[in-house]
Amino acid sequence: MSSVAHLPQDPLPIGPRPAPRALGGHFTAWLRANLFASIPSSIMTLLLLFVLGKACIAFWQWGIANAVWIVSGNDTSACRALRGAGACWAVVPEKYRFILFGTYPFDEQWRPALAVVIFIALFAVSSRRSFWRKELFLLWAAALAVIGCLMWGGFLGLSFVTQDRWGGLPVTLILATFGLAFGFPLGILVALGRRSKLPAIRSLCVLYVELIRGVPLISLLFMASVMFPLFMPDGVNIDKLLRAQIAFILYAGAYLAEVVRGGLQAVPRGQYEAADALGLSYWEKHALIVLPQAIRHVIPPLVNTFIAFFKDTSLVLIIGIFDLLTTAKTAIVDPAWQSFSVEVYVFVGVIYFMFCFAMSRYSRSLEAQRTHN
Amino acid sequence: MTTSTPKRPPARPWRLSLSDPRVAGLFWQILVVGIAVAVVAFLWSNAVHNLSVRRISTGFAFLGREAGMPIADSWIDYTPKNTYLRAFIVGIVNTLRVAVIGIVLATVIGTLVGIARLSSNWLLARLAAVYVEVLRDLPLLLQLLFWYVLMQGLPAARQAWKPVEGVYLSNRGLILPSVPLSEANWWTILAVIAGLIVFHFVRRRLIAQQMLDGRARPAWPYALGLVVALPALVSWLAGASWSITLPELRGFNFVGGLTLAPEYFALLIALVTYTSAFIAEIVRSGIQAVPRGQSEAAKALGLKRGFVLQHIVLPQALRVIIPPMTSQYLNLTKNSSLAVAVGYQDIVSVANTTLNQTGQAIESIALIMMVFLTISLGISLFMNWYNARIALVER
Repeated sequence: MSSVAHLPQDPLPIGPRPAPRALGGHFTAWLRANLFASIPSSIMTLLLLFVLGKACIAFWQWGIANAVWIVSGNDTSACRALRGAGACWAVVPEKYRFILFGTYPFDEQWRPALAVVIFIALFAVSSRRSFWRKELFLLWAAALAVIGCLMWGGFLGLSFVTQDRWGGLPVTLILATFGLAFGFPLGILVALGRRSKLPAIRSLCVLYVELIRGVPLISLLFMASVMFPLFMPDGVNIDKLLRAQIAFILYAGAYLAEVVRGGLQAVPRGQYEAADALGLSYWEKHALIVLPQAIRHVIPPLVNTFIAFFKDTSLVLIIGIFDLLTTAKTAIVDPAWQSFSVEVYVFVGVIYFMFCFAMSRYSRSLEAQRTHN
Repeated sequence: MTTSTPKRPPARPWRLSLSDPRVAGLFWQILVVGIAVAVVAFLWSNAVHNLSVRRISTGFAFLGREAGMPIADSWIDYTPKNTYLRAFIVGIVNTLRVAVIGIVLATVIGTLVGIARLSSNWLLARLAAVYVEVLRDLPLLLQLLFWYVLMQGLPAARQAWKPVEGVYLSNRGLILPSVPLSEANWWTILAVIAGLIVFHFVRRRLIAQQMLDGRARPAWPYALGLVVALPALVSWLAGASWSITLPELRGFNFVGGLTLAPEYFALLIALVTYTSAFIAEIVRSGIQAVPRGQSEAAKALGLKRGFVLQHIVLPQALRVIIPPMTSQYLNLTKNSSLAVAVGYQDIVSVANTTLNQTGQAIESIALIMMVFLTISLGISLFMNWYNARIALVER
């Protein structure tokens, strides 16, 4: 240190050099760097601009300029007169109640609407880091119970609505969320079983996970819809929606087990050994020490798995359960509206996209936080 | 010998108590296996009872009966008079046909989009990002129905779109020019494959020799001889003709050429675009996982851009890319079962029709599962072999 003090001071400190001046203004500099950096890049930019421009003009003409926004009643002659040159958005105000809520009694549709709001609130609350505590599980149980009560009714003057009249967005959300809520504990048990030292339990869990992950979801749904009744004793009749829900839970359990297993592997060995040294039992060790760390670790992949479930619920269309996609497809069976399926698919596509995009944004922000830390 | 082998402590005697970990382990295993066996036995006895009430005989004997099921789009000979077994085989071929071509196309498009996302051209990178985001966040079934509706909205065969001579797009599907393959053509194709395999070994040998003395030996004369000259000779000897047949409109439909039915085409587009969005993300993260220093060091050595990508960056990126890519290939294959929603007769669709015709639910679903488990196993084994081949050999 002392030797530094003896060094003579620099008589003329050289100030920082000015930044190199960009050619043209700020905007042209950006253009040069990002769009016209080289000749091939410039050609690519012009080509893409041309294609993009054409696509935008075509969409503008079809979707906005020539589109029919409203018609009176079922008189779709104005839409038909366009012969495909413009969109018939009038189908959306005409059919949106059916697409969103299916055949739920029309006057009672505030109930499924409220259920959707509770679902969204539940997701919003669960996404806050400050709520990642044990109480969150109680909150989920309470919210799901409230949603069940709202949908079924039969008390406090609410009329009873059977499951076969449920439909649309609430069914999609129910299948995905209940699948996660019940599949998650199942997944934890199976993940623990797969890492267990007991060979019989381990092989059962491996068999379950690999069997479910090796076959398409459709075959599980077929199993639920046609094979399941064969396996039940006489007189036991389980509703179709519930059977599909069970298939979803089993499906979710296998995929979530692999996610949780990843988290268990990420917990350092020392944590397990320290818990053993304290004399904790197997269940105490996992409930108090290992799982809280493991689950925090797998929250981003958990969100991604949930996005996949949310999209996969649309497969129930094939076994005839009225989720959001099935109601959309049914809405255009009406002869007057038959030829406007593209418009309806765009409408439900926007709904699906909003949910999935919000969740995938969230999952990426979690990942970014983790790499930042 | 100064050190003596340590004596193992004597095994503790078993205590008949749950606090003995060995006894506890045995107890839990017996309990869990017992519950599993009991549940299966309960379900099975119910199934046997229900089947006897409904007079459905179990077993696979129904496979020998006449199917009576029309299958429009098949690559192997099939009529409704054939057996269920043959219908199932047609279904399996149809599944493989869409899965294999889908995997190849999805890999090519996904890789291009993944590289485009890393482009220095802002517009290209943005568009690739939008492509990935939109396709990933919509259910595949919705996309499939969307493509199928668009396909049905295409003009009739008489007003078919003709982007290039010999290519027609109409509500009958996509019709392409084809080369009718006779036996002689097949011999030539076989010769190309054999030539490629021999060339692969020749090239390995040339590289091994270069390792010994450092002299580079050109491989192109061998490539020319084995992959071009040899098949040409076979083609000439066997008398193969390579004339292209252009499809022609006769009446209301096309004659000649290769037809991709609208169901198949819609399914293929949906599977390829959806999976390519996931593959693009895998390729992007794989390339980003290669440290910058690697390509900078290669450039400092004076290597050319293409050489750096081919020999430095991609081999390292592949190690990160292959495992998630395997699961995307498996997903595409499993997702091809959505064919049933648009009426393309893959294995699931054939099994579903069989199930409705015969009531053999358990057997039909078991067949679907067996087929997919076998395909999954096959893809996993191949990709694991490939992964082991390209894995980093550590000292």
